[in-house]
Amino acid sequence: MIYEPSWMAVFVFLSFVAATMGLSFYLGGRAKSTQGFFAAHGQIPWFINGIAFAGDYLSAASFLGICGMIAFYGYDGFLYSIGYLAGWIVALFVVAEPMKRLGKFTFADALDSKFQSRGIKLAVGISTLAVSVFYLIPQMVGAGALVQPLLGLSHWQGVALVGTTVIIIVVSAGMVSTTYVQFIKGGLLVFFSLILTVMILNQGLSVKQGGIDGHVFRTVGPVSEEKLGQPAWIESALPSMVMVPLDPSWNDLDFYRTKDVGSGEIITWRIERDTDGQVTLREAQTVSRDLDGKLLINGLPKGTKKGEPELHPVGYISKLADGKTQTGPLNPLTYLQELHGAEIIRWQGQTVKETDGSETTIYYQQPTSGAKLLLPGNHPTFKGIHSNNITDRINFVSLMLALFCGTASLPHILIRYYTVKNEVSARKSTIVGIAAIGFFYVLTLYLGLGAMVSGALDVSDSNMAAPLLAKSLNEGLFAIISAIAFTTVLGTVSGLILASSGAITHDLLTTVCGFKLNDFEQVRIAKFASVIVGALAIVLGIVFEKLNVAYLVGWAFSVAASANLPALVMMLFWKGTTKEGVISAVVVGMTSSLGWILLSADTFKSVYGLDPANALVPFSQPGVVTIPLGFLTLVIVSLMTKNRNIES
Amino acid sequence: MSRNAKIGLVLFFIYTTFYAVYVGLNAFAPETMAQTPIPNVNLAVIYGFALIFVALLMSLIYGALCYVCGDRQGDQ
Repeated sequence: MIYEPSWMAVFVFLSFVAATMGLSFYLGGRAKSTQGFFAAHGQIPWFINGIAFAGDYLSAASFLGICGMIAFYGYDGFLYSIGYLAGWIVALFVVAEPMKRLGKFTFADALDSKFQSRGIKLAVGISTLAVSVFYLIPQMVGAGALVQPLLGLSHWQGVALVGTTVIIIVVSAGMVSTTYVQFIKGGLLVFFSLILTVMILNQGLSVKQGGIDGHVFRTVGPVSEEKLGQPAWIESALPSMVMVPLDPSWNDLDFYRTKDVGSGEIITWRIERDTDGQVTLREAQTVSRDLDGKLLINGLPKGTKKGEPELHPVGYISKLADGKTQTGPLNPLTYLQELHGAEIIRWQGQTVKETDGSETTIYYQQPTSGAKLLLPGNHPTFKGIHSNNITDRINFVSLMLALFCGTASLPHILIRYYTVKNEVSARKSTIVGIAAIGFFYVLTLYLGLGAMVSGALDVSDSNMAAPLLAKSLNEGLFAIISAIAFTTVLGTVSGLILASSGAITHDLLTTVCGFKLNDFEQVRIAKFASVIVGALAIVLGIVFEKLNVAYLVGWAFSVAASANLPALVMMLFWKGTTKEGVISAVVVGMTSSLGWILLSADTFKSVYGLDPANALVPFSQPGVVTIPLGFLTLVIVSLMTKNRNIES
Repeated sequence: MSRNAKIGLVLFFIYTTFYAVYVGLNAFAPETMAQTPIPNVNLAVIYGFALIFVALLMSLIYGALCYVCGDRQGDQ
C-alpha cells in the first residue's frame, strides 16, 4: 500500500515527545542519587506505578503484534493476550512482595540478598543484559517499521529518532521520568483502545466485496478447468485479457494468470476446486521484486502516489448469518455472535522463487467461517494443535508455559517493584497493573477482529492493522493511534535501557569488578551506560531490520523464564538453595534456552534460511524442557554443595 | 513463610490449574473448544475471557485477604 505521511500524526507524536522531554527535565533534579536514578526514591504512588506497569509491559508486540495477529489469524493472537496476562498472576502471588522486600535497584539484588555472592551478580547481570537486549531489538525494529509509513522517514531515521528520545528521557531523570512516561503511555493506550472498541461495536458488521478503496475483488466461475486455456472462454469471461503462461516454478501451485491488454496489469487468480470437478477463480494480488530490485505490484512498477499501482486494502465480511447485509450497532456479546456466523475473506501469502531468480509473493483470498477464526489453530505457530504430531502439541504447551513464566522473570518489569515505598504498595500496584493490562487484552480481541473486517488491512504488513483500523474509522484517531504506537515503543525501551544500565553499573562494575564508586559517580556511570545501551539498541534496530520481531520477543520470554524464574522461586521457597545452585540454574537456564532456540526449526527457517526439517531439536519452543531443567539444576547443585555451605 | 505468601501460593495453584486445563484442552482436545455453551459463542472465547476476568478477581481477593490478615493490623 502507499502511505502518505500524516502531519497530524507527526504533530501529535512530537507534542508527546516534547511533553515527556519537558517532564523529564523537570524531574531531573530528583534523580541525582542512585536511589533516585534507579528506584525513584521508592516514592512512586502505587496507582501510578500500576499504570506504569501497563505502560512498561504493553510493548509494540502487545499493541501492534497481537492486533495484527488477530486481524490475520483470528483467535490465535488472543492466545498471546491470555498467556501474557496469566504471567502477572505469577508476579502478584509469588514475586511482588518478596522482590520489594529483598531487592534494592536490580533483579540481581533480590536473588543475591541471601548470599552476597559476586558469582550470582555476574550470572544474573549477564542474563539481565541478554533478556533486555533480545527485548530491545524488536522494539527498535518495530519503531523503524512504523516510522516509514506514518511519518515518511526511512527505517534508520525512525530507529534513531526513537532511540535518541529514549536516551534523553532515561539520562535526564532515570526511573522518575521513565515511570511518568510509562504512566502516560499506559493510560493513553488503554483509553484510546477503549474509544476504538466502542466505535467498532457502534459501527457493527456489514457485507462488502472489497476494501475501503472501493476495489471489488472479482470471482469467476464455477467453470470446467479445461476451459481456462480456451481463448473463446477467456474472451467471454475475462474481456480484454489474455492468458499468461506460468513460470515453471508455479507449476505445482493452484494459480492462473491473465494480462489486461489495456493496462498491462497481470492478474493472478487463485484456483479453488469444487467437489464436482469445477473450479472457481478468485482474484489475488502479487508483489514481485525483479532482478534490478524494482518492486512490481501485479506486474506494474509500484506507484508512489494515490491512484498508481499499489496493493489494495483487504479484510471484509462476504456473508453474514441469515442473509443479512449489515447488523447495526452491536454489544460485546452480539458482536462475537454475529462474527461467529459470518464468512470472512482472509488473505494468505505465498512466496515463489521464479526461475530467473526474482521473487514473487502472491496474496490470495481465503473465505473462512467466523466460527473457525474464533478457534485456535489458524496461525502457522499454532496449526500443529490440529495435527497428529505430538511434538507440535508439546511446542504449543511450551510456548504457553514460557508466556506464563516469562512475565515474572523480565528484569525491566521486576525493577518497577523498587519504585514504591513498601510491600503493600508493590501488591496494590500489581493489582492495578493486572486490571489495566487485562482490560487492554480484552480490548485487543475486538481491535483485532474489527481490523479483520475493516477493509483497511495492508495484506503485506500485519503490524499496521491497528493504525489502519483507526484510519478507517477516523483520520484524527489514526494520528493519535499512530502517535501512541510510537510512545508504546518509548515506554518499553526506556524501561529496558534502565534495567540494562542498572545491571552494568550496579551488578557488574560495582559488585563484580569491585570498582569503588560513590553515589554521584554511580549515577554518572549509569547515565553513560544508558547512552551506550541506547546506542547499541539503535545499531541493532537498524541491523536487524528484516528479522521477524515477534520471534525475538519469544526469545526474551523463553530465556527470562528459563534463566531467572527457577532461581527466584527456589530462593524464596526452598531453604536448601545455595549460591552455587542459583548460579548454576541461571547459567544452565540461559544457555540451554538460547542453545535450544538456535538449533530449532523456527531459527533454521527464519534466521539461517535453512530447511527446518534439519533442525537439531524436536520442537521450537524451549520452555517445557529448559524451565524444568533450571529447577532441576538448582536442586542437584544445591544438594551437592549443601555441606560446603554449612561448613563455611 | 508469611501468611500473605501462603495465601498467594494457594491462589497461585488454583489459577495455575485453571490455566493448565485451558492449555491442555487446546493442545490435546482442541475440538472441545468449538463447543458453544452460549449460542454462537464458543468455549475458546468464553474460557479466554474467563482467564482474564478470574485473574483480576483473584488478584482483588488476594488484596482483600492480605488487608484483612495483615495490612490492617499494620496500619493500626
